[in-house]
Amino acid sequence: MQKITDEKIAVFGGVYNNYLALAALVADTKRRGITKLYCLGDLGAFGPTPDKVYPLLRENQIQVVQGNYDNSIGNGLNDCQCGYTDPRDNHFAQISYDYTFANTSDEFKAWQRGLPKEIRLQFGGKRVLLCHGSPRQTNEFLWESTTSNHFLEKQLSDFDADVVLATHTGLHWQRELTGDRLFANVGVIGRPENDGTTNVWYAVLSAHDGVDLEFVPLDYDYQRLAREMEDEGLPSEFAQTARTGWWTTCLEILPVKERLRGTF
Amino acid sequence: MNVMQTRTAKREGDSVKLTEAVDSAPEQTRNNGPEPPSAPLHSLDTLWFQVGGTICNLWCSHCFISCSPKNHSFGFMARESVAGYLQESRELGVMEYYFTGGEPFMNRDLPDILADTLALGPATVLTNGILINERVARRLRKISDESIYSLEFRVSIDGVTPAENDKIRGKGSFDKALQGVKNLVDAGFLPIITIAQTWEECQGDRIFQGFTELMRSIGYTRPRIKVIPPLRIGREKVRARGYDRDETVTSEMMADYNDRLLQCTSSRTATDKGVYVCPILIDYPDALLSDRLSDSTVPYPLRHQACYTCYISGAICHNFSG
Repeated sequence: MQKITDEKIAVFGGVYNNYLALAALVADTKRRGITKLYCLGDLGAFGPTPDKVYPLLRENQIQVVQGNYDNSIGNGLNDCQCGYTDPRDNHFAQISYDYTFANTSDEFKAWQRGLPKEIRLQFGGKRVLLCHGSPRQTNEFLWESTTSNHFLEKQLSDFDADVVLATHTGLHWQRELTGDRLFANVGVIGRPENDGTTNVWYAVLSAHDGVDLEFVPLDYDYQRLAREMEDEGLPSEFAQTARTGWWTTCLEILPVKERLRGTF
Repeated sequence: MNVMQTRTAKREGDSVKLTEAVDSAPEQTRNNGPEPPSAPLHSLDTLWFQVGGTICNLWCSHCFISCSPKNHSFGFMARESVAGYLQESRELGVMEYYFTGGEPFMNRDLPDILADTLALGPATVLTNGILINERVARRLRKISDESIYSLEFRVSIDGVTPAENDKIRGKGSFDKALQGVKNLVDAGFLPIITIAQTWEECQGDRIFQGFTELMRSIGYTRPRIKVIPPLRIGREKVRARGYDRDETVTSEMMADYNDRLLQCTSSRTATDKGVYVCPILIDYPDALLSDRLSDSTVPYPLRHQACYTCYISGAICHNFSG
């Protein structure tokens, strides 16, 4: 367990090849005086030119948890292990995965293969567990509307944590739990949140007498991302999502409350 | 329990008539030969409620537990009984709750039960949609709006035309179910249309496209569709066929298999008669595990041939499963 004495750390999920958002995040956290950055995995998918993410991670000493995507890319698997079950979702996920796999260097793949499944921190007097989907399963979807409090409380107890931060779903939310404990899904910086805005989200965890978590909206050059997606021959649906902020693919996995917030 | 006794007395190869007494004859159960593999309960993530018992306003020819207006093998669950299990489920860390039957809406306590449940976690109701009129749909919307959790509906329709559907689900059921879907959609829900696969594999795309167009024709512009494989027990055994002799789960098949795909490794089913291993096997006395959830966490031997369908198709009962 790493003991962190900084007042604030930044935690983000799902880069999805969006190196433009990652560069914007590095700049935004610098402005805030935050030097410790943690990524909860899924470096590939959705966006263009996967290898542009790698130097940004290395140069800024970003610590990365291995997501399902990174496990697949690193180990040369046939699919992303995203956990989709509907053929409509899997159709677009496979296009994205095949593109990312074909355009990731061997060095970056090997690096992804060696990433840890979890990172544990001592921060603000709390035991903080950083994971991808859930403490128990890398590709588990923990949506706000389908995850009960007592399930989360049992997970935190079972995994000896006071704070658990996860990603994987693409939508950020947090919930205070009994015993001054906290679960948060930090969202992703790779894709906007299906709310009609083009920004993405990350989280800042602050230590004081305990911890506080604040979600931070992050703007980046989404027009450039969309253009580069088109230049790379990725589906027009992906560029449409970047430009409009509405999800156009991989929608069938959404529970009803989350699905109703979008237009598709 | 005469019905149950009649069922369990049946043997493979006996002639079966489509009557209330015998139409649930179970599939062959291994009584000799190698021990079946056992499925551990890894965690109790999903709690099912047989809230409508085996009582239904339809008499579908593929029903794997042979529900009907006359099948009282299992009765309605009382609100207090459900509340007791809900309370117990908190300590066990249950993530979500499912309600089935029979037809859950025949239990008049269902809206109150859903309100109780949604105070604790997400809920899904498996229904034929027939009893969801505009007033009921509006009430359900109110219950949903008062919770942070999702309230999902799975509405069963088994054909894209009245002729296709009604030959399985009964005369007039197509129009009534479609109206129930429309009422849910008008109230702001996105029901999951659940189709039991009774067609040949090659017909899959036609059926899927047909359902998409059907739903759009009633104003459901982004239909959610789930196809479930046939469970060859109960009336389905008579309608189509039972399991072949080799359609069974063996210990060898469990090697290198992700047993979390089996529903019984992450769920249990509460009924008015106690806690069963899963909602598919409630006609089998050995599937009754306990009166209490906390005592129902024992491993379960995969001795029934219906287990083979779960093995092949994954956790078919869950909303999000392939």
